Amino acid sequence: MSSEPRDRDRRDDRRDDRGGRQGGGQGGGRRFIRARKSCRFCADKVDYIDYKDGRLLGSYIPERGKILPRRISGTCAPHQRMLATAIKRARNCAILPFTLD
Amino acid sequence: MRVYEVLFIVAPNVEESDVDNLVTQLSDVATNQGAQIAKIDRMGRRRLAYPIGKFNDGYYVVFTLEGTGAEIAELERRMRVTDAVIRYITIRIDEDLKRAEKFRVRRVARAAASAGSRRSRRREPALPISDEVDEGDEEEDEI
Repeated sequence: MSSEPRDRDRRDDRRDDRGGRQGGGQGGGRRFIRARKSCRFCADKVDYIDYKDGRLLGSYIPERGKILPRRISGTCAPHQRMLATAIKRARNCAILPFTLD
Repeated sequence: MRVYEVLFIVAPNVEESDVDNLVTQLSDVATNQGAQIAKIDRMGRRRLAYPIGKFNDGYYVVFTLEGTGAEIAELERRMRVTDAVIRYITIRIDEDLKRAEKFRVRRVARAAASAGSRRSRRREPALPISDEVDEGDEEEDEI
């Protein structure tokens, strides 16, 4: 239980590094130390994400109306799956928009 | 038996009393087909996130019911032919609820275990590997 989340975070960090290096070239780039993101649903001990809770789901759709990716929000994989399903259901019944602009 | 959540949106131009009639009518359809209605939740009038037909808001109603699936078919057919219902969605929730319950139980058990015997758990992996090693080695999906 204790080793799992750390592995996941490390994987995320690596992905961030790669993004940073693209611009900076080899070597000289400064390493950014980002605050470790953590899953809000795990912290709140959420077992089921309700699709009718528009306010909660709304915080996971940025301005275009897309689902916020895990690498940005830090949500863990099981909760991201639940979240994605809930958002898709909410879109179907006009609680969330399909697109925003 | 399966547990379903049936959400439907009633057009905003329908009178309040007609909404009540429609709700009782639809719940009767479900009970006549053999479903148990556990809850009727009127979420009230809400703004739609996008226009449906020519409406910008609607009256949300959620049924939580238990049944075999046959009554869902009938309920959906009725809603399809009712013009006042502008959108409906049926979701089967018993499996999700069961999963949620499982996670909750596991979390409680884990909390109890870590509070009680942290020392004994640490000693366990040091034991020589035997046939019974895969005991209690369940799938480890974190939640």
